[in-house]
Amino acid sequence: MDITKTVEEEKLNRRASRRFLARLRYGDQVAHLITLLFGSLIVLITVLLVLELYRSSALTREKFGWAFLFSSTWDPVFEKFGALPFIYGTLVTSALALLIAVPLGIGAAIFLAELAPPRVSDILTFVIELLAAVPSVIYGLLAIFTLVPLLRSTVEPALQYWLGFLPLFQGPAYGVGFLAAGLILAIMIVPFIVSISRDVLKAVPREMREAALALGATRWESTWSVVLPSARAGILGSIFLAMARALGETMAVTMVIGNDPKISASLFAPGASIAAAIANEFTEATGDLYISALIELGLVLFLLTIILNGLARLLVLGTQRKGTAQP
Amino acid sequence: MRVLKRSLGLVLVVLLAAGFVSCSRTPSEGGTTNLNGAGATFPYPIYSKWFDDYHKTHPDIQINYQSIGSGGGIRQVLAGTVDFGATDGPMTDEQLAKSKAKILHFPTVLGAVVPTYNIQGVTQELRFTQKALADIFLGKITKWNDPGLTQANPGVNLPGDQIVVVHRSDGSGTSYVWTDFLSKASPEWKTKVGKGTAVNWPVGLGGKGNEGVAGLIRQTPNSLGYVELIYAVQNKLPYGQVQNSSGSFVKADLASVTAAAAAAANDMPSDFRVSITNADGKGAYPVSSFTWLLVPTSIADSKKRQIIIDFLHWMLTDGQKQAAPLSYAPLPDAVVAKELKAISEIK
Repeated sequence: MDITKTVEEEKLNRRASRRFLARLRYGDQVAHLITLLFGSLIVLITVLLVLELYRSSALTREKFGWAFLFSSTWDPVFEKFGALPFIYGTLVTSALALLIAVPLGIGAAIFLAELAPPRVSDILTFVIELLAAVPSVIYGLLAIFTLVPLLRSTVEPALQYWLGFLPLFQGPAYGVGFLAAGLILAIMIVPFIVSISRDVLKAVPREMREAALALGATRWESTWSVVLPSARAGILGSIFLAMARALGETMAVTMVIGNDPKISASLFAPGASIAAAIANEFTEATGDLYISALIELGLVLFLLTIILNGLARLLVLGTQRKGTAQP
Repeated sequence: MRVLKRSLGLVLVVLLAAGFVSCSRTPSEGGTTNLNGAGATFPYPIYSKWFDDYHKTHPDIQINYQSIGSGGGIRQVLAGTVDFGATDGPMTDEQLAKSKAKILHFPTVLGAVVPTYNIQGVTQELRFTQKALADIFLGKITKWNDPGLTQANPGVNLPGDQIVVVHRSDGSGTSYVWTDFLSKASPEWKTKVGKGTAVNWPVGLGGKGNEGVAGLIRQTPNSLGYVELIYAVQNKLPYGQVQNSSGSFVKADLASVTAAAAAAANDMPSDFRVSITNADGKGAYPVSSFTWLLVPTSIADSKKRQIIIDFLHWMLTDGQKQAAPLSYAPLPDAVVAKELKAISEIK
């Protein structure tokens, strides 16, 4: 290319950019604007979602008020709607799932990040990420065909025999129920906890481990008292993500929870969750009040998720402050 | 060079935009008329066969059907977003009053719901009295060897185990028919629970879909639930006989279901919104039901109006022959004759 050509090109170029793409000169501002737009879209979608749920549930909010949250009758025929059994079922199954999945997931993450040989760790991580991508209906089928029969014939009778004095493990063993839903949720959320926690643990600077080892700590001591505390925020983050998934999980829970909107202390009893109720009943719901009640259930689930996430954030903030305040 | 690249990019963008615009237009405006319907899932297999066959003989007509559930079908037809709807339970007066144009119900085929069970050691076909079924689902009969069951089943060694009741957890036409039957069988059920696509079940586990109920029953010893006749036949589930209004025990099959409709045809209301559960007649199976197409009486588009009229004629005559091979009970002749008259109301 000779010089005259490039000069001409440059001129053309300038004219063109002045005409159409003058703004691109201020690349940073444009990028800022565009990303700001995308960012605010998220807020907009959230606000619209809440607004729409709030608006569409006006009928039941007016008719039942706060009693909607505290009444436990769900009767579409006589149009009496109370969300308490669904809220209870959602919370119980999610809590059960976290109770099982958190120790399991963090333990596995520690092994993968700190103790396992790199090749083993890489292969296992790949498998775990695969697990996280399995659709929930597959987990539901797994639960129906293997977990539920196992629970009914072996696990629940055994629990009843050994721990039957607790109200948690009483009543007939159907297989389906809170326990089955909690277990399948636990299996579903473990991959999230493992995969994120492992990444967070891996991100802890190598120097910190070396410093701990140099001070005479064993490998486990360095993991337990140096690496884990500095990865605390990230690990908690993984747990909250898992919790959000457990709260909103629909298909697998619907398949095994038993779908009986009653509040029972026993984990063997069938129950119902908010997401399952919506999935079950929305398609065939006729009558404005019925639909409004289902939409208000959606609103309740949304608020429940926000409240629990908010509490979780507070917890993170609390532990972070504690972490930095330590001498 | 850069200019070239840039203008090339511009051209690409323009081309893409043009392509996008042309794609978003309906591709088949050349002669094909599209009709859209939505609603019940129960008759979906026969509806899709009908619409497919109709398209083969009338290549310029394409009828699309989405099986989104009866509730959705009713909602969409009221909102006018579809050309016709379909439902397993008739629309209520309240719903009909909301519609701008009068909506007609056209029975298309018949379905039935059967009690299916899994009792260890029992291979005989069980007989259920109406009272026994209602009491089991009310939670008043809790054991298999209750006199209410043993008296109707002499010679069957029913165990003393707890009955595990299984019902549908999702709203469904199947539940509607079942609870409609129970409401007629027991006054207590009618006042306490009532009929509907979803009700407040006094007892039992909920399974999603026919397959969910069947799965729970297959797995759970001493369980009892209900599924659609077609589902039970296709999956070879054992199902029992139900006592009808004349006191005889009838097993559900195409003949006994059509008999129930024939019995109801005599005093059929002109709008076809009739429940044929517990119908009269010795051979009538008591847990039977029509499934309906919902068609507005005034259709502005004359082309679509004619298509719907032609299709209804075809469905009621040639179409009925396809019902039995798919295990749907065909309509009795008396009902077909009445419906053919009702088509003229569409204007």
